[in-house]
Amino acid sequence: MKKHFYDYLWIASALYLILGFFNILFAWLGLLCFMIPLLISIFGKSKAYCNRYCGRGQLFSLLGQTLHLSRNKPMPRFLKSRIFRYGFLAFFMTMFGLMIAQTVGVFLNADSLKTAVTLLWTFRVPWTFAYTETALPAWISQFAFGFYSIMLTSTILGIVLMVLYKPRAWCVCCPMGTMTQLVCKGHAHGKTEQN
Amino acid sequence: MAKRKAVVDKTHCVACGCCTSACKLQAITVFRGIYAQVSDRCVGCAKCASICPADAIRVESST
Repeated sequence: MKKHFYDYLWIASALYLILGFFNILFAWLGLLCFMIPLLISIFGKSKAYCNRYCGRGQLFSLLGQTLHLSRNKPMPRFLKSRIFRYGFLAFFMTMFGLMIAQTVGVFLNADSLKTAVTLLWTFRVPWTFAYTETALPAWISQFAFGFYSIMLTSTILGIVLMVLYKPRAWCVCCPMGTMTQLVCKGHAHGKTEQN
Repeated sequence: MAKRKAVVDKTHCVACGCCTSACKLQAITVFRGIYAQVSDRCVGCAKCASICPADAIRVESST
């Protein structure tokens, strides 16, 4: 099958994770992975991002399918349930909100900048090696640390799911996927189905 | 012989689109970002079913 430019977006995803080890400010680029799928679902009324452009999904396919790192077993029924998917989305958004609150704290000078990445919402890993003091305000770096924590945490979870179950098992509970599907369901609500 | 065709469980489909890239015949598409839809081109090869992370696709025989 003909390869398109978007078949190589996994390189961008991998590069993003690598760049975070060198300069944390690159973490801001991750906002693209938040904004683009939402904008496509709101204005394009589709999940074209998941379907075509998601570099992370491609990375999991590459590791799990091409490199055979996945066990290729079905996921437990619980992880596929709507309750879990919507619950995970709610949890994820709550943690995102806390991260924003922490950034606001630094912005208001109520908190000091913490040059650490929090993995799996629990483990604080010192990340000073990727931080250089700049003329930029501290909250910009705080947001970068917080956002990179989210991106690295979800990549770790995705890799664990990829190894244990199907290569793209992360897609089942991906908060962005769940959110964009909800937006699409909202658009289609009340319209007649084709099938 | 009974014709085999993929059937999507719409309540479990997450519309990720893994099935669409697995299908050699482009017989499966994602409908409005909600769930996957199988066309008459489907020959029931089960490539989509084996790749589906949500295990939302079964191949059924229709008579």
